[in-house]
Amino acid sequence: MQSVITVKEARCKGCGICAEFCPKGVLEVSELGKIQVAREEDCIACGQCELRCPDYAIFVDKLAEVKGARA
Amino acid sequence: MAELTRSYEKYFRQNRLPHLWCPGCGNGIVMKAIVQAIEKKGLTQDNTVIVSGIGCSSRASGYMDFDTIHTAHGRAIPFATGIKLSRPDLNVVVITGDGDCTAIGGNHFIHGCRRNVDLTVVLFNNNIYGMTGGQASPMTPLGGKATTAPYGSVDRTFDACALAEAAGATYVARSTAFHVQHLTDMIAQGLGSKGFSFIEAMVQCPTAFGRRNKFKSPAEMLKWMRDHSIMKAAWDKLDDMKKGEAAGAGKFPIGLLYASSGGELDYDAAYDQVIERAGGAGK
Amino acid sequence: MKKARLMQGNEACAEGAIAAGVRFFAGYPITPSTEIAEAMAKLLPQHGGKFVQMEDEIASMGAILGAAMAGDKVMDATSGPGFSLKQELIGYAACAEIPCVLVDVQRVGPSTGQPTAPSQGDVMQVRWGTHGDHPMISLCPWSVRETFDLTVQAVNYAERFRTPVILLMDEMVGHLRERVELPEPEEIQVYPRRKPKKTRAEGYQPFEPDEDLVPNVADFGQGYHIHVTGLIHDDTGFPVGSPTVTEKAIKRLHEKIDRAADEIIRTESYFMEDAEYAVVAFGGTARTAYEAVKNMREQGMKVGLLRLVTIWPFADKVIEDLARKVKGIMVAELNYGQVVHEVRRAAQGACPVVLCGKYNMKSFEPVEIEAEIEKMVMDVEGGRA
Repeated sequence: MQSVITVKEARCKGCGICAEFCPKGVLEVSELGKIQVAREEDCIACGQCELRCPDYAIFVDKLAEVKGARA
Repeated sequence: MAELTRSYEKYFRQNRLPHLWCPGCGNGIVMKAIVQAIEKKGLTQDNTVIVSGIGCSSRASGYMDFDTIHTAHGRAIPFATGIKLSRPDLNVVVITGDGDCTAIGGNHFIHGCRRNVDLTVVLFNNNIYGMTGGQASPMTPLGGKATTAPYGSVDRTFDACALAEAAGATYVARSTAFHVQHLTDMIAQGLGSKGFSFIEAMVQCPTAFGRRNKFKSPAEMLKWMRDHSIMKAAWDKLDDMKKGEAAGAGKFPIGLLYASSGGELDYDAAYDQVIERAGGAGK
Repeated sequence: MKKARLMQGNEACAEGAIAAGVRFFAGYPITPSTEIAEAMAKLLPQHGGKFVQMEDEIASMGAILGAAMAGDKVMDATSGPGFSLKQELIGYAACAEIPCVLVDVQRVGPSTGQPTAPSQGDVMQVRWGTHGDHPMISLCPWSVRETFDLTVQAVNYAERFRTPVILLMDEMVGHLRERVELPEPEEIQVYPRRKPKKTRAEGYQPFEPDEDLVPNVADFGQGYHIHVTGLIHDDTGFPVGSPTVTEKAIKRLHEKIDRAADEIIRTESYFMEDAEYAVVAFGGTARTAYEAVKNMREQGMKVGLLRLVTIWPFADKVIEDLARKVKGIMVAELNYGQVVHEVRRAAQGACPVVLCGKYNMKSFEPVEIEAEIEKMVMDVEGGRA
C-alpha cells in the first residue's frame, strides 16, 4: 500500500468520475450511491480521482509524505 | 487519524458545502481551479472580489470565501466594471455561464473586452441552460438537443474566445474540466495579466445536456473533452484544411489563444490620465 | 459673497451630486437627461471620481451598483425608455440594499414616444416599475436650485436607508435655466456611508438590521467577506428558501422606509390658509399651477396650491387632511392621470378630486389651469362633482 485515501462522504454525490478515471480500479460506487475504496492496496497515489472530483470528496496522499508530515 | 485536507479549502465557505450542483457536474472542478489559481498567484481573500451573474455556474460565488456578489442575469461584467473602477486595488474575478455571458450578457461581454477593464472573466461553458432545465444556449452545438431544440439546434454557435479577442480582450484562453491543471494555469495567467482576461472553461452538464445528447455518464463527457481538444501549439501546425476537418469533427483548440503584446492601457490606467488632465489627481 | 450662476436644472443635478459626495457615475445618453451625464463626465475627474459611459442603460445601472458596493457614492441618469430598461436592477438594489440615486428626466411616452417633449408620465413606473414588493423614495424638484438640494437629499436618503432613490425630474425643470446661488460646501449636510459596528470575530452579519432597521453592510475590500445577492436572504446575506425569512425580509425593506415616512414626505403649501379649493401639482407643472393660483387669488378666488416635493412615499395624511378642509381638489399633471388616482385614494371621498391632465407635448399655460379650476368650482358649487 502506497497511499492514504480520504473520502469525505458527506460531500460525495456518487457521480463515479473518480472511479472511471482510476487506472487501477481501486474505487467503486456503492449501493448507497457513495464512493467506496474497494481495493486500497492497488492504489498508486496517482491522484486522478482527486483531480477531477467536482465535490472535493476524495483526497489521496502518498503514504511516505503523510508519514513525513507527521514525523 | 486527522482528516487530510487541502490548502485551497480555506478559500471555500465550509459551512456552505456541499454545493448544490448535480452529481457529476463540472462546475465544482472549475471552481476549484479558480481558487487554486488564486492561491498560486498569492491573491488575498480580503483583496479579491468574486462577481457572478445568474445560472448554475453563478452560484459559485456563494461558496467562495471572499467578498462575493451574485448579481442579475447577464449583468456580472457591468457590476464588476463598477467595482474595479471604484477600487482598482481589488482583484475582480467574474464567474459566468454560456447563457449569462453570451446571450443575455453578450453586449456587456463585448464592451467589457473593448474597454479592457482589468477583470478576469471565467466562462463556465456547459453548452446549455442548466438551472432552467436544459434549454438551448448560444453555445449549444449545432444539432445538439435541448428542451427548446427537441429536433436539434439550428442556431449557429458563438466561439466566445474568438469573440473576446475580436472585441479587444487582452488575454484569451480555453481549457476544460478534464484538463484541471491546465485550466488552473490558464486562469492563473489570466489573473496575472493586466486588462480584460477571458478564460473559457468547458464543463460537463450531465443532467441537462449529457442525458439528451447520448453521453452515458459524466466521465464520458470528460473523456469527450479529452478526445476533442487539441493543444494550441498542435492546432497551429494544422493547415487550414486540416483545421476545418478537425472543427467539423467537433475538435477545438485549448490553451492560450491570444495575449496582447501589452501595448494597450487597461481602462483604469487610461482613466487615471483623464483625472490627471482634469486636475483631480490626489483628490 | 456667493457667486450667482446661470444654470440648467440638469447641471444643478450634477453639481448637487458632487456636493453630496457622488464619485462614480455610469450613464448612457438619452434626451432630455444627457446634460447630467455630460456634466458628470466633466466634473467627476476634477474631484478624483470616475465617469464611465456604458453600452446601455442596464449596464450603467449595473456599474453603479458595483461601484456602490465597492464604497463609492453613485448616481446614474436617464429618461423614459432607459428608465424602463433599468427596472430589474432597481429591484436588485432594493433587495440587496445597495445605495444609489437614479435620475429620471421624464419625456412623453409610451415607448420612444415624443422625444423629447415634456411629460410627467413616469410617476407610477417610479413606484411600481420593478417587479415584486419593495418600497420607493422619490423626490421631485420644481426649480434649478431645488434640483441641487434634492439631489443632495436623494444621495443622503440612499445612503441612510441603503435603498435606491429616484430623483424624478421633467424636461421643464431639466432644461430650465435660472440664476442660482449654490450653498457653500460647509452648509451642506452629507450622510456618510454606513459602517459595520462589529468585527467578524464579534459575529458581524452584513444584513443584520440596526436600530433604524437598516443594515450596516460592509463595503467590499474591508476583510468582511460578505455575500450579496438579489435572492431573498437572511441577515447573513445568504439565500434562504424559508417562508418566515422571506416574509421578514420583505417586511423590513418596507418598514425601514415607512417608519421614517413623516420625515421623508415633504409638501409645500401656497395660498392655502383660507382656501376652499386646492390644486395639487409637482415638478415643472407646479410652477404653472402656482402662477394660475396666484392669478385667481388676485381675482378674489379662494384657491391654493399643494406641491408634492416627495412623490413617494405618497403624502397620504397631508392629502387626507386637505380633502377634509376644502370643497374640491384638482390634480394638475402632465399625463393622462396618475397622481390623481393616489390623491383620490388618500382623500377617501372627503371631497371631489378631479384631473387636469395634458399629454400633447406641451407644458401647461396658466390660463389652462385657471379654466379647469373655474370648471371644478362651477361643478362643485352646482352639485355636479
